[in-house]
Amino acid sequence: MDVLKEIGNIGAGNAATALSRLLNKPIDMAVPKVQMLPFEAISDRVGGAEQVVLAIFLRVEGDAPGNLFFILSPEAAKKLLHRLAGFEVCDGEDFTEMEWSALSEIGNILAGSYLSSLADFTMLQMTPTVPALAMDMAGAILSYGLLQFGEMGDSALLIDTTFIEGQHEVEGQFFLIPDPESFAKIFTALGVPLDHD
Amino acid sequence: MIDEQQVVKVGMADLNVISGHGLIRTTGLGSCVGLTLYDPVKKVAGLAHVMLPSSEIAREGALNLAKYADTALDKLLEEVLAIGACQKRLVAKMAGGAQMFSFAGASDSMRIGPRNVEACKEKLQELGISLIAEDTGGNHGRTIELDVETGTLFIRSVQKGVKEL
Repeated sequence: MDVLKEIGNIGAGNAATALSRLLNKPIDMAVPKVQMLPFEAISDRVGGAEQVVLAIFLRVEGDAPGNLFFILSPEAAKKLLHRLAGFEVCDGEDFTEMEWSALSEIGNILAGSYLSSLADFTMLQMTPTVPALAMDMAGAILSYGLLQFGEMGDSALLIDTTFIEGQHEVEGQFFLIPDPESFAKIFTALGVPLDHD
Repeated sequence: MIDEQQVVKVGMADLNVISGHGLIRTTGLGSCVGLTLYDPVKKVAGLAHVMLPSSEIAREGALNLAKYADTALDKLLEEVLAIGACQKRLVAKMAGGAQMFSFAGASDSMRIGPRNVEACKEKLQELGISLIAEDTGGNHGRTIELDVETGTLFIRSVQKGVKEL
């Protein structure tokens, strides 16, 4: 678990740095949480299954496949657009095509830096698919990342890191859900002996 | 005196039943399918939140019957019959089975929503239960709620508001 936490740390650390550079502001991150969580509890991490969130999803392919989500509240996304790209944004949950495309690009940069640092650290080949963007109920979005786990049981391993800027403002969360068969590869890559319990 | 409206919640890969009055609800359906069985005379309903089309791919030790279309329906049927439903009167409604993300050259696992829908339909046919309404597909999430007194299925989504089936 400590190893996986470290993985989350490194990935999110890099992404936080990337975001800091983009925003020209210090961005902090919380210590990643690594847990085996029941499916239900995973969407609770972002406020419940019905909570509307904006998600950038990409599938990780290569040596250690998995699913990576960058989750933002619609408000945080608006804030990000305003500060980062100078968009004059309106309140509410509607986005223009231009805003949508900018968000997709921001997500792409953050997820890419998260992933490339993981790949460097583990020496495993990890290639992201083209990211997809969606805004919908958290349950509907995240359940998609759990399908691989669905074949194994009713809980999934989640590496969850939150970004913080200034006064505990949550800017976004990274959820990395490695496929069940990826653990062994990650552990082996890091030289951690596997104990079968 | 009117009772507090009872709401039975059904989680992901879970199922439950209700009788008399109240609502049975499941939230945040994406590619999963929410399938309901309803006996309008006995006011008995069941709801399953189906995640995957077939239990054949299952690798888990103790099979969670509610998770797979092919096993969830048998189990749901058994449970609604146990609380008084009559199989010949049962009607089904379902919602969900969306494709939340679209990719070019989508692999089979990306099509899990439509496959869940197909699997549920096949199973209903096998059991001889007619599907009287559905709101499936698309690329949006849904929360559904069945009123056991009327059999109305309420479907809520972020972009499309509330729909009744």
